[in-house]
Amino acid sequence: MDFTVLIFLTSGLFLGWSLGANDAANVFGTAVGTRMVRFTTAAVVCSIFIVLGSVLSGAGAAHTLGKLGSINALAGSFMAALAAALTVYAMTKLELPVSTSQAIVGAIIGWNLFSGSVTDVTALTKILATWVACPLLAALIAMPIYIGVQRFLARAKLHILRRDIYTRIALVLAGAFGSYSLGANNIANVMGVFVPASPFTDFTVADAFTITGIQQLFLLGALAIAVGVFTYSKRVMLTVGGGLMPLSPIAAWVVVISHSIVLTLFASEGLEHFLASNGLPTIPLVPVSSSQAVVGAVIGIGLLKGGRNIKWRVLGNISMGWVTTPVISAILCFFSLFFLQNVFNQKVYTEVHYALSPKVMNHLVERSFPVEDLSSLRNRDFTSARAFLKAIGERTYLTGYQQRKILEFAEVAKLYVDPKKVQQLKADWLSQGQLLALRKLEGRRFGFKWALADALEKLSVDWRQRPDKIENKTYNKQIKAKLGYLYRLFSLEE
Amino acid sequence: MLLKRRPALFGKTKRLEAQFDDFMDRIIEASLIFERAFKSYLRDGFTQDFSDAVEEVSQLETRNDELKKEIETRLYEQTLIPDLRGDVLSLIEGLDGIINLYQSNCFRIASEKPDIPPRYHKDFKALGKTSTHCVDSLIMASRAFFTNIEAVRDHNVKVMFFETEADKICTRLKTRIFASDLPLEHKLHLRYFCDRVEDASNRAEDVADNLAIYTLKRSV
Repeated sequence: MDFTVLIFLTSGLFLGWSLGANDAANVFGTAVGTRMVRFTTAAVVCSIFIVLGSVLSGAGAAHTLGKLGSINALAGSFMAALAAALTVYAMTKLELPVSTSQAIVGAIIGWNLFSGSVTDVTALTKILATWVACPLLAALIAMPIYIGVQRFLARAKLHILRRDIYTRIALVLAGAFGSYSLGANNIANVMGVFVPASPFTDFTVADAFTITGIQQLFLLGALAIAVGVFTYSKRVMLTVGGGLMPLSPIAAWVVVISHSIVLTLFASEGLEHFLASNGLPTIPLVPVSSSQAVVGAVIGIGLLKGGRNIKWRVLGNISMGWVTTPVISAILCFFSLFFLQNVFNQKVYTEVHYALSPKVMNHLVERSFPVEDLSSLRNRDFTSARAFLKAIGERTYLTGYQQRKILEFAEVAKLYVDPKKVQQLKADWLSQGQLLALRKLEGRRFGFKWALADALEKLSVDWRQRPDKIENKTYNKQIKAKLGYLYRLFSLEE
Repeated sequence: MLLKRRPALFGKTKRLEAQFDDFMDRIIEASLIFERAFKSYLRDGFTQDFSDAVEEVSQLETRNDELKKEIETRLYEQTLIPDLRGDVLSLIEGLDGIINLYQSNCFRIASEKPDIPPRYHKDFKALGKTSTHCVDSLIMASRAFFTNIEAVRDHNVKVMFFETEADKICTRLKTRIFASDLPLEHKLHLRYFCDRVEDASNRAEDVADNLAIYTLKRSV
């Protein structure tokens, strides 16, 4: 691996470290703050489960971040992560509540603005909506759990000491669950921006299991989070808890459990698959802020108690932080990218070209897109998505969906189905039909990503996407993921 | 290994639970012994029975001091119930004050041997009995604080009731004493013992007041 790659990854590790320092406090803060759980116990449990969560279930939420904007140059990923990390670090130093998710989303938007890429409004709306939904959901989950626990305790008539022991055990278990879901959901914040530019390749351990490049990337990020937990989180943990409302250890447990459930809901691919296959509406897989979940749960319990104990001013400050974090992060990222590009001469984004070649035009006509007014753009080369969309917008009116699709079809790519690379693909990763189709295309070149996808689709049904229905979501997502991997694998560009 | 250690964890808790119970049992015992001894003093004066009772109460007090120290040490060493530790220790301290009072009452009667005229015996007995009921209710409230928080209030109401009763008896008794033709020094001596016997219920009321606050804090 190139040494510069490691240098660039350091900002992601820095971001991981700040996430560990801050967000671990959400999971174990009250337990350690009230001295129910020792810091060392908390740190060990937290680290182990964050690593497990990141590596085993981290992929779900990373996907949405990838959709928001795929930072396609390592130096760009470096700066986005650095801007987010600096924002988190500075806000923490200023004792302002902060969310890593918001910082990274802000940074990605900063990169999009700088590189002329288009921010996917649907993905952004989805993320923004979950920022509202996440604390609400946490409050709604915390309330019944809290009432249930109260009723159970009133009936069980446990001795104060026994209740103490059970609470400790429950806090550690909830903390482990919380850490796992934090890892699963938030690793995307730390390493998500590096996914499109990931330097790691898959490898197989003793023919038994494969560790994907993304999992290796996530493992590295998770280790950074663990370091953050051990080195810096104690201070944050001891100050957290009493901030918004004084909590009893049992209420703290309810908060941690509700937080973990919310994070799991927003990160679990398994749950999405289960819901989808049973015809139920799915929950978007989005990295949500663990701080927001905790605040939501605390408010939920506070409201149940009549709302008198809630320090509304603190809540106001927290909400302000939620608005300012992405803005600061976006601005910081934008200007830092400018410096990195012009002062340090680094390539912070790979230019993506867009062209309405005859082939693309035909493709659009086949899909009944209104292309009559676009003929003047034929064969013109655009070097940024924004310029391309502007030119289209001046000539014709298209819906958001149509714009996204035209952008997708017009993106120029240089793909070469290298027989050597096809050989290296693991047989079990693709189905027999998929592999045969791919082999038939060996040696062929494609100017557009969709052209490769089309060619594959024609050769095998296994490459064909199913109708856009909820139950097909997971299947289609897998095909898209495989195609995405092939685009990166066969790309002739740097 | 894990299987061995887990019961140990609960074993320690169980032992501490038993120590709390022991601590409270002894306070009830001390109050009953004092009541019995005081009755025997009124009936027979300072006898061997009374001396034995003084010894018994002293032993109970000493044992409770040891228990108190053990409980304190355990709570701190094992950082148990960190959120309620302060309250539990204050409760234990308050309860300990009551058994100390019984001991010192025994010592004072033994050393000062007050001369209580028979016409006041009935009221003194009633005072002793009501104070014992008051302490008894406090112990029930304290036990409820550990296991059944909702019952604390019921027992506390009884504590308040018995304290008021003891107060009434004491005032009546003192009025009668000072209305008598006894010499002033005798009146003052008798009043002192009225106050000492009644003091158990006053202290019980103070502890119950604090307990009511701890109970509010204990609600999850």
